[in-house]
Order: sequence, then C-alpha cells, then structure tokens
Amino acid sequence: MSADETTITTPGVAGPLTEDHRRVLRDLSAVERRPGAPKPDAILTMDDVQRRFGGMTAVDVDHLEVQEGTITALIGPNGAGKTTLFNLVTGFDTPNSGRWSFQGKSLAGKGGAAVAKAGMVRTFQLTKALSRLTVLQNMLLASPGNPGENLFLSWLPFTWKKHEAEATEKAMEILARFKLDTKAADFAGSLSGGQRKLLEMARALMTDPTMIMLDEPMAGVNPALVQSLLGHIQALRDEGMTVLFVEHDMHAVRHISDWVVVMAEGRLVAEGPPESVMKDPAVVDAYLGAHHDTDLGDDALLDPAILARLEAEEENR
Amino acid sequence: MDEFLRIITQTLAELIAPTTAAYAIAAIGLNLHFGYTGLLNMGQAGFMLLGAYGFGIATIAGAPFGLALLVAVVAGILFALILGLPTLQLRGDYLAIVTISAAEIIRWVGRSTWLQEWTGGASGLQGRDFKESFHLLSPLPDGRTAIGPLEYINTGSDSWWTRIFAWGLVALILVFVWLITRSPWGRVLKGIREDEDAVRALGKNVYSYKMQALVLGGAIGAVGGVVYALPLAIAPDAMGRTMTFFAWTVLLLGGAATVFGPVLGSMIFFAAYMLMRTGMRSLTANTGLGDVITTTNVEQIGGMLVGVTLMLLVIFRPQGILGNKKELAFNVR
Ligand SMILES: Nc1ncnc2c1ncn2[C@@H]1O[C@H](COP(=O)(O)OP(=O)(O)O)[C@@H](O)[C@H]1O
Ligand SMILES: [Mg+2]
Repeated sequence: MSADETTITTPGVAGPLTEDHRRVLRDLSAVERRPGAPKPDAILTMDDVQRRFGGMTAVDVDHLEVQEGTITALIGPNGAGKTTLFNLVTGFDTPNSGRWSFQGKSLAGKGGAAVAKAGMVRTFQLTKALSRLTVLQNMLLASPGNPGENLFLSWLPFTWKKHEAEATEKAMEILARFKLDTKAADFAGSLSGGQRKLLEMARALMTDPTMIMLDEPMAGVNPALVQSLLGHIQALRDEGMTVLFVEHDMHAVRHISDWVVVMAEGRLVAEGPPESVMKDPAVVDAYLGAHHDTDLGDDALLDPAILARLEAEEENR
Repeated sequence: MDEFLRIITQTLAELIAPTTAAYAIAAIGLNLHFGYTGLLNMGQAGFMLLGAYGFGIATIAGAPFGLALLVAVVAGILFALILGLPTLQLRGDYLAIVTISAAEIIRWVGRSTWLQEWTGGASGLQGRDFKESFHLLSPLPDGRTAIGPLEYINTGSDSWWTRIFAWGLVALILVFVWLITRSPWGRVLKGIREDEDAVRALGKNVYSYKMQALVLGGAIGAVGGVVYALPLAIAPDAMGRTMTFFAWTVLLLGGAATVFGPVLGSMIFFAAYMLMRTGMRSLTANTGLGDVITTTNVEQIGGMLVGVTLMLLVIFRPQGILGNKKELAFNVR
C-alpha cells in the first residue's frame, strides 16, 4: 500500500494546519497500518473485548488504541458492531470479556455516568433529545458540578444561581455554534431529527469532555449544515479534544478524519489514514457485503438520495 | 330545593375536607415519582398506610405529636429504600410490580393477628387511641364555627382544626416541592423521565436521583397517610388498592408534572365524586330511577365511573401510564 505520500497532506481541507494537528499527523505517519496497531499516545486502549448476543458475536476486538488529539473514524457496514463497541466502552453495555482503559485508568466495569465523569462523553445513534425539556434545559442539564443538582441545596436558589448563569452563557455560545440559539426556548421534542443530532452533540460539549464519541453525528442532519458540522468537529480536535466517530458518509470520513478504523462482523479488519484504508482489499470486501451497489470511491454518499436510502436501511434494521 | 342545597353543600364541603387534603398530599408525592421522574409507584397506599401505622403506633406508645409524625416519615423513607434498592436499576415496570405487591403485603401484615398487639389487626386502630395529642395542639377555642353553609366543631375529629392542619401541610409541602422541582435538581429528574440513558451519558448518577425521588415522594405519601387517619381511624382495608387507584386518578386528573395539579385534581375529584353519589342517591330515593338502581348500588356505580374517568384520562393523555415516548405531545404543561 502506497500510503506514505498521503500522511502529511490535509485530506480535503483548505486552510493552514495548526501546529498541534501537524504533530498529530506526524505521529500517526509512523503508526503501522494494521488492525490493532500501537499508537505513540493512546488515550483509549482496548483488549480482548467480546460481546455475544445469544450465539452471535457482535464485537470481538483483540486490541485497539485511539491516538490522543486525533479525529478517528470508526467505519464498517451495518451490523459490524460499531454501536455495540461504543456501548461497551462507555458503560452502557456489559461485555462477555475484555479490558479497556482511558487515560491510563481502567474503565472496565464502570457505569455510563462514571465513564462520562472520567471525561469520555458519547452521543447516541438513535438520538436521545430530552423531548419535554427545552433546548436550553437540555444544555444546562449537561453542565457538570452544578450545586443546585444537590437536593439539599436545590431549594436555596442563591447557592446555584451563579453557576446557572455561567452555564447559560456557555450553553448559548455552544448553541450559537450549532445554529440552535434561536431555538433555545423550544421543547427539544419539537426539533427536526437533524437538529436533535446537533443538540445532542452540543449537549455533550457542555460537559467539557476530554474525548467525545459520536455515533453517526451526520445522519439526518441537513446537508447544508453538514459542512459546518464537520468544521466544528475539526475545531474540537484543534482545541485538543479527541474525537472518535462512527459515520456512514465516506466523504465526511475522508474529509475530516486523521485515522480510520474499519470493523466488519465484530472484528477490526483495517486501520490507517483515510486515503489508504479505503483502498484496502479487506475494507472493500467488508463493504461489498452490505452496500454492493455503492461505490465508495466516489462521492456518491454525498448525494442526498443515496444518503436517504442508507438511512432508511439503517432505520429498518 | 332543600335537597338540592344539601347536595351542593356536601359537594362544597368535599373541597376542603381533610380526606381531600390527604389525597392531595399523596398525589404530590406520586407526582414526584411519576410526573417528574417517570417512576411507576403503584403502591402509594402502602406508603400511606405505613405512615398512618407509624404515627398511630408511636402515639399510642407515648410519643408526642411531632415525634410520631417523624416516625411516619421515617417509615415512608425506609419503605422507599427497601423497594428502591433492588428495583431502581431495573426497567421501570419492575418498580410498579414490586410497589403494588409490597403495599398489599403491608396491608395483609397489618390486618393479620401476628402484629395485632400494635396494629389492632383487621379492625385497626381506633381514632380515640391516637388523636388526643393532635387535638391538644389545637389553638382554637372550644365550640363550633360556621363559615357560610359549612359548620364544624373547632377541635375534634371532623373539625376546623383538622382542616387547618391538613391544608396547612398541603401548602407547606407544595411550596417545598415547588422549590425543589424548579431547581437544577428537578431538571435532572425531568431528564431521567425523558430518557435516563441520556442523563447517564452526561455523567449523572441516575440511580441516586431516582432513589431520592422515590424516598421523598414516599415520605410525602406517608404524611398523606397520617392526614388521612387524623379525622378517621387507621383501618388497613380502607387503605388498599382503591386508595392507590384514587391517588393516581387525582394526579392524572390534575395534571402530572404540574405544581398545583395534585391539589386541583384532588378537589375536583372528591367534589365530583360526592356530587355524583349524593345526586344519584337522591335520584334513586325520589324518582323512578330507584326502580332500576337501588341505593346500595350507588357506591358500586360510583366506583365504576371513577374507573371509566381514569381510563378516559389515560386514553386521551398519552403521556399517562402507557408512556410511549414517541407519541408525547410537547405542550402538555
Ligand atoms: N441488544 C441486542 N440484542 C441482540 N442483538 C444485538 C443487540 N444490539 C446489537 N445487536 C446485534 O449486534 C450486531 C452489531 O450491531 P451494532 O453494534 O448496532 O452495529 P453497527 O452499529 O455497526 O451498525 C448486529 O447484528 C445487531 O443486530
Ligand atoms: Mg450503529
């Protein structure tokens, strides 16, 4: 595989590289292009993670490391086990076996709340907007360390008004980035599917995560917003956050990711920079099974019609 | 005409009856469970009965009024902890099953001969055995007072003092619940009601919050049980499934997740229930309806109509027990 020449280019992004991003790409250029390759600064490391549903093995990952400060894409056909893997490492599901650690600390056996508190915050493929709360309330709920969330202080507004005011300011800033600020007072249930996705991501950012895990953040989002959403994700990386995201839109994956991990039938089948990994025969094989009529090489996945069809498939699953 | 006035007066009287206040309090507790947190407590009567027993037994054992009330609250808290510890980590339906069974167990144990020495068995605890400390607290002078068409003794079982105390408690609890539910703490509860996984993903200890809601709502239910017993006696069979069912009707009628819903619901429910029964009784006694419905049937028909009301409420308010999140209306508040 002739991937070397692709390592220092910016995949499809105009504009200058930040110093940090350049360093990240340099670090990754030395990483082997094989499933389970060790990374110089792994923030998340998994070993022997297995999850079986009845007789079916949904996830069987021998080893995976996610490099700190990168945007890593996790791709693979439907049913590959991406969501299940997310659920396992974020404490929303229990594996049959496996260990994983975040920033050197084991998180195996920790519940969802503990994982989030440790700084690894996730979004869900099936969006979880809190419908009967307003958009702003959704955001404020995510603010960490609010003294008013303690029952014994809750009835004394003077103990939490200041935190609340600061959180509101921060929330409005983030909402503005996602063009949701005008919706702040609306019930989250009244938002469109795409807007809920944005809200969920905005809400996750309220927690000041070290690492954010996005399960199909682009699905259903208005194509006009996708471009700026991609920009936001890159901005998060440039602020030092680590991003791991699952995405079906190959254009988006190539556009912003620094590293791509490919899963099929529960296993890792390939790893590498976006340009080279898409040409990996194992990846082509994996995909031919699922979307045999989709040419991954072109930008077909940017076409709204095809996107819609893929989404429909996803929903019918 | 006299008959008509009598019916109207009885209906009015229900609006401020101590029982109405007791159900309002029980429904405020249930509102913390279901309205704010989405917890299905199908055994609020168990909390109430336990509260009444706690108060009655403590008083008979010689505890002053305040301490006896505290015993009732602690009984409610312990009951909530025992029910919540194993179930709150499971899916919501488990809590429903466990609470409905536990409330029945409390009632059966209460009416058994096993603890008869304390609970009075099936006949329960007589009012005169536990009311004295409460009546002694009354600041009202002796005698009777009439306000409009309503006339009661000042201090006694069915008295103004009982009403003042009961509704004073309603006001106090209402302010407390209003304060805590409009806070960030209340927001976490509402988040859990909408989707507990989403709240967990934001780093909140969902289990702990659900436990806090269950304990608080249960303790409030226990206080409701005390208020229910104050003008009456403590009779286990009067505080069974029907009581839970009425408390739910009151809550859903008034509006879950609203501050005044439980109070308004209780007033409307008991006034309408009284109007229906006295009205029907009068009709069966004085008109040809009596040939079709006997006076003894009136109670049963009344119960049936309450059931129909609850069904209609749940059917036409999809945010009710069936709780399909996708079908929620967003302007329910
Ligand atoms: N709760 C579950 N019970 C049974 N099977 C499941 C469950 N969750 C996922 N699966 C199965 O595990 C496999 C992986 O699913 P998933 O992780 O959702 O895939 P992906 O997100 O990559 O599309 C699929 O075959 C799916 O049907
Ligand atoms: Mg998935």
